[in-house]
Amino acid sequence: MSAFLRNTAFLLGLPLLLVLWWWWATIDSTNFFVPTPGELVTTFVDTWFGPRFWQDVLPSIGRLAAGLALAIVLGVAFGILIGSFKRLRQLLEPLLEFIRAVPPVVLVPLLMLLIGINDLMKVVVIVSGAIWPILLNTVEGVRATDEVQRDTCATYRIRGLNRLRYLTLPAASPQILAGVRQSLSIGLILMVISEMFGSSSGLGFTIVWFQRNFAIPEMWSGILVLGLIGLGLSVIFRVVERRILRWYHGLREVQRAS
Amino acid sequence: MRADTKSIPAFDGPMLQVAGLRKIYPTATGGFEAIRNLTFDVPAGQLACIVGPSGAGKTTLLKCIAGLLPRTEGVLELHGKDITGPPKTMAVVFQEYGRSLFPWMTVERNVELPLKAAGVPKAERRARAAEALEQVDLADAGGKYPWQLSGGMQQRVAIARAVAYRPEVLLMDEPFAAVDAQTRADLEDLVRRIWKELGITILFVTHDIDESVYLGERVIVLSAAPTVVQDDILVDLPADRDQLRTRSLPRFAELRTHVFEEIQRAKAEAKTGAIPAR
Ligand SMILES: Nc1ncnc2c1ncn2[C@@H]1O[C@H](COP(=O)(O)OP(=O)(O)O)[C@@H](O)[C@H]1O
Ligand SMILES: [Mg+2]
Repeated sequence: MSAFLRNTAFLLGLPLLLVLWWWWATIDSTNFFVPTPGELVTTFVDTWFGPRFWQDVLPSIGRLAAGLALAIVLGVAFGILIGSFKRLRQLLEPLLEFIRAVPPVVLVPLLMLLIGINDLMKVVVIVSGAIWPILLNTVEGVRATDEVQRDTCATYRIRGLNRLRYLTLPAASPQILAGVRQSLSIGLILMVISEMFGSSSGLGFTIVWFQRNFAIPEMWSGILVLGLIGLGLSVIFRVVERRILRWYHGLREVQRAS
Repeated sequence: MRADTKSIPAFDGPMLQVAGLRKIYPTATGGFEAIRNLTFDVPAGQLACIVGPSGAGKTTLLKCIAGLLPRTEGVLELHGKDITGPPKTMAVVFQEYGRSLFPWMTVERNVELPLKAAGVPKAERRARAAEALEQVDLADAGGKYPWQLSGGMQQRVAIARAVAYRPEVLLMDEPFAAVDAQTRADLEDLVRRIWKELGITILFVTHDIDESVYLGERVIVLSAAPTVVQDDILVDLPADRDQLRTRSLPRFAELRTHVFEEIQRAKAEAKTGAIPAR
């Protein structure tokens, strides 16, 4: 068996087994709350391949993407600032710990009042939760920058933007990306939650609506859509991470070997 | 003092002047006196070795000279100008080559980076980096990453980076302490060769007595902390040095014995006499 086949078998083996088991368990099921695999697939296609894709799925993904992008930009920017200046860090640390401890979900009603029920509010909710792992990891990454590398930059008078671009950012990049990975799932959760209150469209709204109307297979199919979005995010993340951290994985491999 | 000579371009004093240098590290218990009183001059174009037992404050001294660490007291002048931060015309090769090169850049990019930061145009940058890599016999390694190279090769990259920068003064802090003996001998000859080719001033720190005598035109022996200059020896060996022949010269043996004795004396004095500052 070639390596490719083996890898594919490993990747798909468990999901396939689970689907088989699910199919077998629901062959003669009459349970209203659990659809059969066949039912789910037809419902999935009927429900989401149509106007709902444009009205609910795409806007949700758009808000998620905007929220995550903002969280990354703001988290990295403030993380680098806070990580670079000890005084600033000491000043902000208690405040950051406090804000971080507030679950972003409780911000939803507040933000609804402040911003209104619109796209901006939903994006802000996503940012308010997804920014923390990125921010805190960036701060740590910047702080942990190797002393010899810093001295090297100092002796060769590599400063300002050059230093940021060639030392600070790459040195912190493994930590930053670890933070981004955590943020992806937080962002997805908050995307759904932000749409559950006072909305009239979006994935979160639609799933709750199905549930209230006892459209159980449709509700399940919505959950499937969420799962697929999560999967898509993690695939994209992996591709990007491999590219950016190629040096890091190479370095780690060499260190492990020695 | 020579404060008034600063404005005169043709400065004929030493390249590097260290006078009454003192360094106390602030610590929880009030401070640790790593360097008590160091005074020496290095004339332009000299290859001077600094040797001292480990913990003598060699790295501290180099970091002060490089403008990376503030001194507590004393005079530090490069070309007659007070050193307040990393001087433009100075390069440093650190002991920890693995941590001094940037693992996220290829060898070529690492060598080019200081030039890029200095605003050297791309074509010239490329050419200088290639030339420097050639000089350290790494012409083919430009596209590799530092971690794909052996320790000795990595240190050669760090040397190439310094060479491409074209400094007037090169500081080297135990650069070969972590490489194997054969590589080390090659690297020592490399330093001598580069020194001759470029005509720069090199201050080479080591704890290895043989290395200091083999490499230097002069050996400055440091005492144990709190550090002073224990001895300052002129190495009157022929300028053309050779790992086998030079090391078997009777004069080489005399010099290394002398340095060895001085270091033993420094260690003995440290045990009996000196008391660390509060
Ligand atoms: N940042 C620091 N704070 C306090 N003590 C230090 C610091 N750095 C070095 N020292 C002490 O100063 C002495 C000299 O250190 P160092 O310059 O590294 O010596 P060497 O390079 O000769 O081995 C050592 O005893 C070391 O423990
Ligand atoms: Mg040292």
